Amino acid sequence: MLDLIFGDPQADRTVPHTGMTARLTVFVAAVMAFLAVIALAVSLTTNRVAGVWAQELAQSATLRLPADPVSADALLLSALDVLETTPGIRNVRALSQDEQQALLEPWFGPDLPLDALPMPQLIEIVADGDGYDVDGLRARLTAQVPGAILDDHTAWRQPLLDAAARVRLIGWTVIILIGATVGAMITLAAQAALAANVQVISVLRLVGAKDAYIARAFVRRFTLRAGAGAIAGMVIGVVVVLLMPQGSASGSLLTSVGFEGAEWIWPLLIPALAAIVAFFATRAAAFRRLKEQT
Amino acid sequence: MIELENVSYGYRGNALFSQLSLTLAPGSFHFLTGPSGAGKTTLLRLCYADLLAIKGKVRIFGQDAGALDRDEVAMSRRRIGVVHQDCQFLDHLSIAENIALPLTVSGRANEVGGNLEELLNWVGLGAQANQMPAELSGGERQRAALARAVIISPDVIIADEPTGNVDWEMSQRLLSLLIELNKMGKTILIATHDLAMIRAAKSDVSARVLRLKDGQLQQAGAEL
Repeated sequence: MLDLIFGDPQADRTVPHTGMTARLTVFVAAVMAFLAVIALAVSLTTNRVAGVWAQELAQSATLRLPADPVSADALLLSALDVLETTPGIRNVRALSQDEQQALLEPWFGPDLPLDALPMPQLIEIVADGDGYDVDGLRARLTAQVPGAILDDHTAWRQPLLDAAARVRLIGWTVIILIGATVGAMITLAAQAALAANVQVISVLRLVGAKDAYIARAFVRRFTLRAGAGAIAGMVIGVVVVLLMPQGSASGSLLTSVGFEGAEWIWPLLIPALAAIVAFFATRAAAFRRLKEQT
Repeated sequence: MIELENVSYGYRGNALFSQLSLTLAPGSFHFLTGPSGAGKTTLLRLCYADLLAIKGKVRIFGQDAGALDRDEVAMSRRRIGVVHQDCQFLDHLSIAENIALPLTVSGRANEVGGNLEELLNWVGLGAQANQMPAELSGGERQRAALARAVIISPDVIIADEPTGNVDWEMSQRLLSLLIELNKMGKTILIATHDLAMIRAAKSDVSARVLRLKDGQLQQAGAEL
């Protein structure tokens, strides 16, 4: 690795600098690193926010009691008794009439005569860390609170988790494609540089240079260019991410785009990964070309 | 050192020469003459494994050239100094750096210092060390190519028309450098049209003159 970074100045000079391919390599690496940072930020943020949402939904549930004015109070007492004696439930609270009205307001407006309608009673359930036995609770409710319906938010949570997994998968796919694109572009640039230096290669061979020596001069150059370009692109990407509007830490996807804690390792790894991709792409291109050019 | 045994070579199915044999013994001095297109350059390239024989065997320092991998060819090139007709320099390097190239590529760059200065003076290019190849005259380029060929102290020196682009005085100077190398024990093979140079050399060195014509390699006659 030290040899790759510091190299042999004499050996490096044997291959002339080719301005256009050098600039293109740095530019492509910078752009790809920038896109990788943005893709990472979106992917990791989606993952994080979806995790928070899923956690909140997983810890809460709603029990709906039948809208029967005659037995409403008895059903509520029975339900509270069942819930309060269920292990894993931290808090149970019957929603007030005002709270229920607020929930319906978006659909029916503020003037809904709630007291004139048969409304089901809602009970909010908050689980503790380990949660509770949903199936066991359902069985007890069926036996002791006829008509009660327990909604543990599975129907909401699972699509959210699935969507988050998809976004995460898309994010990683984009990053892999970016890596492949960097590899392809570096390969093309290296091939162009090798083709432009046929005469140089011929002279080096004439004086006894081994393929590894010739390849090393190209590999080192393209690896350092890709690494340097990726550092620039990564820095710009991180600055852009830092400049994104930030809101509450856990609530909104749009105001939470960025990196937190150990996630910062990922953008910092991008230049190293770009250099590794460039190293292997150039090495393969160089040895292939040298093999063809006998 | 280098042996060609019943070697055949041709381009696009046309035989250039066939059943050709040649032995370059250690310390020997050979001139190779013949008309243009007879295959002199091809024969030289076979001697340093730049081409592979279609038939027959080429042995370079005892090894079958056809069986050498590319690294082994590179290693054998470090024992053969080649002076090309068109010199072939790296245009972005100075003359000193070009001459030092064989040491640089073989990981012996630390030996460049003293050797290089001495060599530059030997070929009369001490003042041109930092010039670029394009800034040198034909004769200076030929001398630089010779210096590059010998800096690594090879066992064999192969020169293709080393005096092709220079005047008589310069060709005599190059010839005297090659004769000096031969007296130091180096094996020399020179392809040339320059019969005057061959005649001049024969008074100073025991040289074998070979003529390549019509696909056959013959010992040249007394006319030389």
